[in-house]
Amino acid sequence: MNMKKYTPVFCLIGAAVIFQIITSVLNREFYLTQLTMSAYYCLVILGLTVLMGYAGQISLGHAAFFAMGGYTTAVLTTWNLAAAQEGTLARLVVQLGLSTASTNAYGVEIRHISPWVSLLVALAITVAVAFLIGIPILKLKGHYLAMATLGFGIIVYRIVLGSRIFGEADGISDLPPFRLFGPLYVSGDPALRVQNFYIAAFLVVLAVVLLQNLIDSRMGRALRSIHGSEEAANAMGVNTARYKLHVFVLSAVFACIAGVFLTHFNGGVGPSEADVMKSVTYVAIVAVGGMANLWGALAMGMALNYLSLRGYFGSYDEFVFGGILIVIMLFFPDGLLKKENMRSLTEAAIRMKNKIWKRKNELS
Amino acid sequence: MLKIRNLHSGYGNLRILKGVSLHVNPGEIVTIIGGNGSGKSTLLQTVAGMIPVEEGEVLFKGRSIGGETPEKIVAAGCSLVPEGRMIFNAMSVRENLILGAYTRFRSDRSGDVASDLEAVYGMFPRLRERENQLGGTLSGGEQQMLAIGRALMARPKLMMLDEPSMGLAPIIVKLIFEEVRKLRDAGNTILLVEQNARAALRIADRGYVIETGQMVLEGTSEELLNNNDVQRAYLGKDYKSISE
Repeated sequence: MNMKKYTPVFCLIGAAVIFQIITSVLNREFYLTQLTMSAYYCLVILGLTVLMGYAGQISLGHAAFFAMGGYTTAVLTTWNLAAAQEGTLARLVVQLGLSTASTNAYGVEIRHISPWVSLLVALAITVAVAFLIGIPILKLKGHYLAMATLGFGIIVYRIVLGSRIFGEADGISDLPPFRLFGPLYVSGDPALRVQNFYIAAFLVVLAVVLLQNLIDSRMGRALRSIHGSEEAANAMGVNTARYKLHVFVLSAVFACIAGVFLTHFNGGVGPSEADVMKSVTYVAIVAVGGMANLWGALAMGMALNYLSLRGYFGSYDEFVFGGILIVIMLFFPDGLLKKENMRSLTEAAIRMKNKIWKRKNELS
Repeated sequence: MLKIRNLHSGYGNLRILKGVSLHVNPGEIVTIIGGNGSGKSTLLQTVAGMIPVEEGEVLFKGRSIGGETPEKIVAAGCSLVPEGRMIFNAMSVRENLILGAYTRFRSDRSGDVASDLEAVYGMFPRLRERENQLGGTLSGGEQQMLAIGRALMARPKLMMLDEPSMGLAPIIVKLIFEEVRKLRDAGNTILLVEQNARAALRIADRGYVIETGQMVLEGTSEELLNNNDVQRAYLGKDYKSISE
């Protein structure tokens, strides 16, 4: 194993541990709640970074995949099997051992479909939809692809907003906790904040390691060649259509997993998760993060989501992310956190410093 | 090596190639010369599988490759060095070259890719100097070297070059054509499309002249260089100097 390659990963783990210790020592563990949520959103952003930054395919519909994960698990795990015991389907689910028991907020024992099962169902649905949508729309390029994914996002948003089964504008709440194994639960219980923070951090680290290796692999080179020039990539024998589809599905899967976990963590899901503005936020964060920069996307994803979730942007939240997108597209269309940009920024800082020095010397 | 019979293709309703036939024997350089819009690039892209065949057949080593996907055609041993070089700007020189070996990577995981990389560096030492530089920062000539090197990494049986002289200084064109000739001497087969007819015919064994999607002339390089019509149309001589 190449240790040097994993140095940033160890730094990331270290940072997570330090954050946790500081907040616990200062008795400010409630900060971890928003950090946990930010970490789940970062899963979506990391997947989108590979799709947008490396393969060069934009998607303005990733909130839809997130919502697919969240709503699938919400619908399935809030289905009370005890009440539906008479139904054959419910009996079948129980007999197959796909159910699990937990106590709800009122202390009543309920029986419901195991979140592991709903996670698998959510993944199956997301993969199927991503394939079906991806095959026709990934033939499009640039603005047309953006429009098509935007349309897809709007459709999903309207479906969850208008369907009784998805709770319409209220969404679905009172989800049972997701018992991973042993004493590990994904739930919003304040007593479980620390372990939930580590669960989310673990998933992010896993995603980063996985995607970093993917980017450095033969497939990663192929993806970057598609970004460079699809035609030339074709001439090199890269099956561009297949790779675009695969990376689209992969990023959808990341969004879906994030949706399932965050929904269990929050204990509910609402239509705002499928909102187009959410997709715009993800795209904006990938852009500030430097487009083809996993670490930049992660850092910006954590910081901006955290600030947004803590309410620092207040009612200007959408304004902030829309504004970020406009500024980035105007001045840094290739993304902000990039080596070249960092260099010119430091150079500008040095120039500024020299100027101030000169002014000081002239005055004295 | 390559045999094309009555090939028709184009873009949408626009038919560019109207019944092109040609053949390339193993170990020779064949050049196709013609003016702008005569269908030279369309021909190569159709053979490479990037434009669908509408009619006719393309035989590569006796096997029909018309209608196959580009990756299958590259894997079969027919590589294209695209017009305008199409270097991957955001990737380093080395990564560009390794990507060239893309189709082989799965079949042989031995160190052969590394030795081929060395061979390309040996052929174009400039690329070794710029190994870690991004493709987009190279000069036009260096990019053309990189494009040829990238195609060679696929170990093609037939290499198709689309206007390698485009936008390059004459001295670089000479250098690149010299390398192409050396490749032929080493046993490679090359199909070269050029607007720079004189330079192309100088290194080619045989040549074709294409006009508005049809082959109008075929012959050895010498015959074409001495052909009055070719001299007038592509080598810049007027009637007066020919008749004298």
